[in-house]
Amino acid sequence: MSNTNVQVTNLALEKRKRVSYGMTLLIVGVLMYLFFGLNTQAGVQTTFGLNVAGTQAIVIPDLIVPAQTTIYLMVAIIVFAGAYQLARGVKSTGLLIGIIAFTFVTAFLTWAAQDKSFNLTGMLSSSLVRATPIALAALCGVISERAAVINIGVEGIMLMSAQIAVVTASITQNLYIGLIAAILVGGLVAAFHAFLVIRFKVDQVVSGVAINIIGAGLTSFLSAKYLQSDTLNNSGTFPIISIPILSEIPVLGPTLFANNIIVYLMLVLVVLMHITLFYTPWGLRTRAVGEHPKAADTLGVNVYLMRYVNVIIGGMIAGLGGAYFTIGSVGRFDELMTSGKGFIGLAATIFGKWTPIGAFASSLIFGFADSLQVKLQILRVPIPSEFLLMAPYIVTMIILTGVVGRAIPPAADGQPYEK
Amino acid sequence: MSEKASKEKKEQTEKQKEQSSLRQALLVPVLAVLSGLILGGVVMALSGSNPFQAYAALFAGSFGSPSVIIAGMQTYFATGDNNALVRSLYPFTESLVTATPYIFTGLAVAIGFRAGLFNIGAEGQVFIGALCSAFIGYSIKGLPMIIHLPLALLAGAAGGAFWGMIPGYLKARFGAHEVVNTIMMNWIAFRLSDWLLKGPMQASNFRPVTPNVQASAELPRFFEDPLRFNLGFFLALLFAYLVYWFLFKTTLGFEIRSVGANPDAAKYAGMSIVKNIVLVMSLAGALAGLGGGAQVLGVDHWVGQGFSSGYGFDAIAIALLGKSHPFGVVLAALLFGFLRSGATNMQSMAGIPVDIISIIQGLVIVFVAAPAIIRWLYRIKSIKVEETVLTRGWGK
Repeated sequence: MSNTNVQVTNLALEKRKRVSYGMTLLIVGVLMYLFFGLNTQAGVQTTFGLNVAGTQAIVIPDLIVPAQTTIYLMVAIIVFAGAYQLARGVKSTGLLIGIIAFTFVTAFLTWAAQDKSFNLTGMLSSSLVRATPIALAALCGVISERAAVINIGVEGIMLMSAQIAVVTASITQNLYIGLIAAILVGGLVAAFHAFLVIRFKVDQVVSGVAINIIGAGLTSFLSAKYLQSDTLNNSGTFPIISIPILSEIPVLGPTLFANNIIVYLMLVLVVLMHITLFYTPWGLRTRAVGEHPKAADTLGVNVYLMRYVNVIIGGMIAGLGGAYFTIGSVGRFDELMTSGKGFIGLAATIFGKWTPIGAFASSLIFGFADSLQVKLQILRVPIPSEFLLMAPYIVTMIILTGVVGRAIPPAADGQPYEK
Repeated sequence: MSEKASKEKKEQTEKQKEQSSLRQALLVPVLAVLSGLILGGVVMALSGSNPFQAYAALFAGSFGSPSVIIAGMQTYFATGDNNALVRSLYPFTESLVTATPYIFTGLAVAIGFRAGLFNIGAEGQVFIGALCSAFIGYSIKGLPMIIHLPLALLAGAAGGAFWGMIPGYLKARFGAHEVVNTIMMNWIAFRLSDWLLKGPMQASNFRPVTPNVQASAELPRFFEDPLRFNLGFFLALLFAYLVYWFLFKTTLGFEIRSVGANPDAAKYAGMSIVKNIVLVMSLAGALAGLGGGAQVLGVDHWVGQGFSSGYGFDAIAIALLGKSHPFGVVLAALLFGFLRSGATNMQSMAGIPVDIISIIQGLVIVFVAAPAIIRWLYRIKSIKVEETVLTRGWGK
């Protein structure tokens, strides 16, 4: 009896979910038609550039599409998908979200760049670059929280690392020493956080907030006092390293294989952390400490040591992310220059379901939103730039609602361990 | 007879207990502030400044210089001219003016802590509240003050409440963590105010500021012009009392504290977690919004970019320092009001950037959150460690 009841409610839930997803697709389709389709003149073309100016040996032709037809095609696809979802239902919600994202972004870009040229490859390449600090912050979140320590102080760590990187690099005239200094400072601050939350059992979020406040205060203080002249605050930036042959591939080459060292390190770290977390004894112990510390302790795993080491490694990764802001991109430090990227990285951790690859993929979405906003300002889209700047924050909030698949944190996340 | 004596004795021991617990409650915050100031002094010394000189400048900037005040009094008694006396009181009243938004935002964070919620969004709520108050303040003309002023304040509270309600609802309905969401709401509020100040709410084409509010919407000031001390300060004290009354003397306040102390128990007792979370975040937003409104209507009279200089972030330290108790918050807010207000003088006199106050604040948070460090530093054995749950991991 009760069993059938459960089944009935499950069926009702399924149906409601099916209908709501279907309706969402239809509504988005209609909105796309109203905003983009009707605001595009017939016969106008949109050019998507696929080459980066003059660096490639192989030049492929640009993608030129008729604007209105493309938008109507996208509307047709999403409306068809919505109707199919309403009638039959699709198992994979990921597919539906993919359809929404793809058709919407394509229609939006076609509309925004109508009668103009929009460099798609340049956009993808800048997405990866802008995703780099977010991904590094997210990786810091993944490795700390897998060991059940929430590190909300990433923002403060990145600020301090960014500053120390540019200062040491300016003094020594060596960018690599700056990079190492940033990583060390990141590890040091994270060690302080770990010490507070493990040894003194300070509330993890409170300790993280304190680190953010101290980080913002200390860097602003030092910046106002010492960094106003260029002598300490002018380091130059890492050169772009083009990997031979690979960087010649159209579209992929300039995006993936012509970057600076921090971007490459980030890509390597994603793979490395994935392997370490899921295919080594160390990773198994880390996850055990995060899910059920008592059981891990019983089996002889040193819970405290695992937590210390993971949080410190996380801090070093965040330090690398901090170095990106100064010696990786602009070569100077400005007050509060991280502008919330650390927190966006935390959202990427959650959206990526606490896996390195997931965190990297979600960082790419944020990076894409970030670089889109810049490109749209250049295209003079009739939307105030302030609203475009809000986009990453709104995306973060939508993601956190768990509408896009519920995320389950490590079971012991955020709790102190008492022997 | 003996019964009476024993009763008296009982009362006496209870009084003693109360006193010792008050001492206990004050000991950690006081030592935390002291340690923060000492470490701040170390930072100053390391950066090549004289910390004693700096703190002297800070003191003069926040309380006023005693000799000037005495001189002002002498002229007042000798000639009846109160001009010099009023001017000598400027630093002191300015500190109270600075403390006013801190009281509001401190209460906004504290009420969240009481329900187990960490409201980092007070900063954004202050912005939205200020913009709403300013809008009502300048756009409606010809109303009498008795209607216009409360209306403008109410608009600020409503705007802040809306801004706080969104993360509250997302937390209650979807379990989305309020820490990240309130921070996101802050950034959205900053961008929104940038746009409003450059567009719909801009006074003229030159500067991104709103028009001045009507005189009928201004909070009345007590002295002549350089002194900006106004009714807002007493309004803040009134709200501190109201929050105290609400939290500790009403059923709803009890529910909120129960949800904060033990959500599972509260749930089994039939209290609605969802309702209470949304309610608390809205109230917190309303308080922060009122803070923004009081600042606009009482002090600035217009809103510009970078209007709030971190009232919402300082509030975190204030709420922690005040142990999330409304009266504690008032004391902590006064302390930070004096520190912030004096820091400006310190910057110009001793050349120390005002950001030193943020460093001190962060350190104070660390010390308050980890009483064990204080106990270890000062070799105190008897500090009772209070187990208050402030936040819980992600999405629970």
